[in-house]
Amino acid sequence: MSKLRLTPVLYIVFLMVPIYWLLTMSLKTNAEILGGFSLWPKDPTLANFRTILTDASWYSGYINSTIYVVLNTIISITVALPAAYAFSRYRFLGDKHLFFWLLSNRMAPPAVFVLPFFQLYSSIGLFDTHIAVALAHCLFNVPLAVWILEGFMSGVPKEIDETAQIDGYSFPAFFTRIFMPLIASGIGVAAFFCFMFSWVELLIARTLTSVDAKPIAAVMTRTVSASGLDWGVLAAAGVLTIVPGAIVIWFVRNHIAKGFALGRV
Amino acid sequence: MAEIHLKDIAHAYVPGEYALKSMDHIWQDGSAYALLGPSGCGKTTLLNIISGLLKPSEGQVLFDGKDVTGADTAHRNIAQVFQFPVIYDTMTVRENLAFPLKNRGMAPADINGRVEEVAGLLEISDRLDSRATGLTADAKQIISLGRGLVRTDVNAILFDEPLTVIDPHLKWQIRSKLKDLHRQFSHTMVYVTHDQTEALTFADKVVVMNAGEVLQVGTPEDLFERPAHTFVGYFIGSPGMNFLDVELDGSRAVLGDQSIDLKQAPAKKSGVQLGIRPEFLDFADQGISCQVTSLEDLGRHRIASVSISGQSAKVIVPSGKPVPSENAMLSFDPDHTLLYTDGYLEESLR
Amino acid sequence: MQRTKNQKAWFLVLPVFLLVAFSAIIPLMTVVNYSVQDSFGNNEFFWVGSEWFVEVLNSDRLHDAFGRQLMFSGIILAIEIPLGIWIALKMPKKGWAVSVCLVLMALPLLIPWNVVGTIWQIFAREDIGLLGHTLAALGVDYNYTQDTLSAWITVIVMDVWHWTSLVVLLCYAGLSSIPDAYYQAAKIDGASKWAVFRHIQLPKMKRVLTIAVLLRFMDSFMIYTEPFVVTGGGPGNATTFLSIDLVKMAIGQFDVGPAAAFSIVYFLVVLLVSWVFYTVVTASDAEDQS
Repeated sequence: MSKLRLTPVLYIVFLMVPIYWLLTMSLKTNAEILGGFSLWPKDPTLANFRTILTDASWYSGYINSTIYVVLNTIISITVALPAAYAFSRYRFLGDKHLFFWLLSNRMAPPAVFVLPFFQLYSSIGLFDTHIAVALAHCLFNVPLAVWILEGFMSGVPKEIDETAQIDGYSFPAFFTRIFMPLIASGIGVAAFFCFMFSWVELLIARTLTSVDAKPIAAVMTRTVSASGLDWGVLAAAGVLTIVPGAIVIWFVRNHIAKGFALGRV
Repeated sequence: MAEIHLKDIAHAYVPGEYALKSMDHIWQDGSAYALLGPSGCGKTTLLNIISGLLKPSEGQVLFDGKDVTGADTAHRNIAQVFQFPVIYDTMTVRENLAFPLKNRGMAPADINGRVEEVAGLLEISDRLDSRATGLTADAKQIISLGRGLVRTDVNAILFDEPLTVIDPHLKWQIRSKLKDLHRQFSHTMVYVTHDQTEALTFADKVVVMNAGEVLQVGTPEDLFERPAHTFVGYFIGSPGMNFLDVELDGSRAVLGDQSIDLKQAPAKKSGVQLGIRPEFLDFADQGISCQVTSLEDLGRHRIASVSISGQSAKVIVPSGKPVPSENAMLSFDPDHTLLYTDGYLEESLR
Repeated sequence: MQRTKNQKAWFLVLPVFLLVAFSAIIPLMTVVNYSVQDSFGNNEFFWVGSEWFVEVLNSDRLHDAFGRQLMFSGIILAIEIPLGIWIALKMPKKGWAVSVCLVLMALPLLIPWNVVGTIWQIFAREDIGLLGHTLAALGVDYNYTQDTLSAWITVIVMDVWHWTSLVVLLCYAGLSSIPDAYYQAAKIDGASKWAVFRHIQLPKMKRVLTIAVLLRFMDSFMIYTEPFVVTGGGPGNATTFLSIDLVKMAIGQFDVGPAAAFSIVYFLVVLLVSWVFYTVVTASDAEDQS
């Protein structure tokens, strides 16, 4: 970088300071946190992290979250791909209404659905399972995935479809072997968004689980009230929830610039 | 309007790798130049150096003797039209055309008059007040051209392959319009293209480039009759010039067991090629013997591929003239038989 | 793109339709069902018609929450959109710095929302938080659990911290799709920086900006977790936004009927505002094309 760019640097500092604070707290003992104010840990300890990684009630939260997030991402992308293809290539009865109706579900406040979801999944015996959370998150992730993928697919010329047909590809073979590689970055971006919104959501995930599928975010809120504010462990748990997101961002970093334009700019 | 002097210019994007090799050229005021060469030969780099979008790593750019190397585009008073249309989406066609004038603080009444005039020339007067976004690529490019032509005080107008997106039949029309405009206002114009027809029909002087080097600056006739480099001979003309490896023996060029008499004897004896355009080879009763390997009929004329002592060449045969199937002999027009040493035209022939 | 008419395409859409219908229509029907009935427990329900709607629409509680919600969404849009554009314009254009900036900026977006709340709760506390401690040391009267203004500022700064990056990333994507020739042409035309922004960058960002405004409006209008964790809706009801109020009503007080009516009104408001915004933007697009 030839010259330092002040604005982005200041902005990143603003973003990093609270995260830094969380990190330093996770490395302090509870006594040090409450005992006095210090900008960095005087006596760094990994005890808080050890607590989380050895206690099943803590680390199972991470496993649960990961399971339903991955399930949701797979389901969302799998059903969204053919639908997005249909919307980008064909006109059919009610297509515009259907598209808007799908998008309108992205606009539904999760708070509205909390109680009905609880009753629905309880009544079909899926309460406190990973699949319940994964399916519930489809409410906002599937419309988003359809929308993003449709944008990318519209950017692929139709002649490719026709050429493949003339070359004797069956539709499934064309779709998986030719078409999907062409919109690979679109699939990546859609999966990124599905992962992101499913990973960060708490309200629905907490409502639909109690023990077996309880997400890490919910474990955190309950531990706070039960153990009388163990700040160090809470901070360590927070730091560990940032890690999966950071890894995912690292993988998509080269697609962000193009991908966030959602293929149609 | 100005004379453009590229004084010892060279440019490297990456240190050590010259995209543009050192050159020194003076481009005359009021002439129309075409910058011709294959893709990636450095044409656009050279153009951007003239317009000030790029600062050369070495040398100076002088406009009428004044050093403008460090001056940015706005201060050089240059107009440039790009390969793909650039229009301002938020504006009408009229506002698009007026934009360069408005930015330079011209009086509104003068702007309007000038815009109307240019719109008239480009035949877009009827859509001056429509939004510019919805137009076709052709129409957008014509507006881009208009924005280049609207300024009266420019030192030069540069065109970077401006007709790429235009329909073939419109291309011809716009090119002749540009030529008219040049005659009318006698701006210095520089027109970048990789299409020889475009270059030869547009320009007073054609600058042929290859691999970052200017190989020849000359009129279309010069390029045809006296290519300064084998690349020029090969690149210009259809089919390109024939080049035959020869040995020299005094004032004779030896080709296998045959020889051709030359008008002059060059100094160097090895690495020499004989160059002759297919137009100046002719089947005759005597001369150099060859085998005709194939014949292609293009309607207006035919192109015969021949093999002379193992080297191939093309001959243009006027329609109606027979092509011998056996014992063919070729005559070489001595005025157009040129010699090239290491790719460059023999000095005594320049 | 020219799309061909093909009713069989419905088969491709069917899985999505069924899945979303299952997740949306059945729960929505439940909500509608509740909204027109009352219950005394024991799973006995009886029809009350529009009573809950009348009650909810006339309740000061909803009006107040709605007012706070509008103010919150208005303020964060007014900050995040210009700030996001500004930062996107100042981003480096190439090299390793781009990747570093993008990765660091995207980080807050992938932090679970309650953790965002937790981070700010800790950060702003006077006893153990850097921000709260620093402000107290400077003699600023700041306490987000007691003082309404402090609570609002905390919640707004937290949202700016959390979401501005989304606007930055979208705008950056829009900006990086502008060909160099546009900037070169603008230079040659002698355009000022402002003119470049107004006539090149802003129009080219229009689509991503539409998305950014829509997403930020919808998500801020539905915000629940982050302020709930930080302020719990307080002090008093000062930061009780619509979702917090709704959850309080439905789960805390188990007023299912009014909560359901509230839900439907809420949903319709989000839908209506988004639809109006979208229609206005696409209509001006269509005008551009004609």
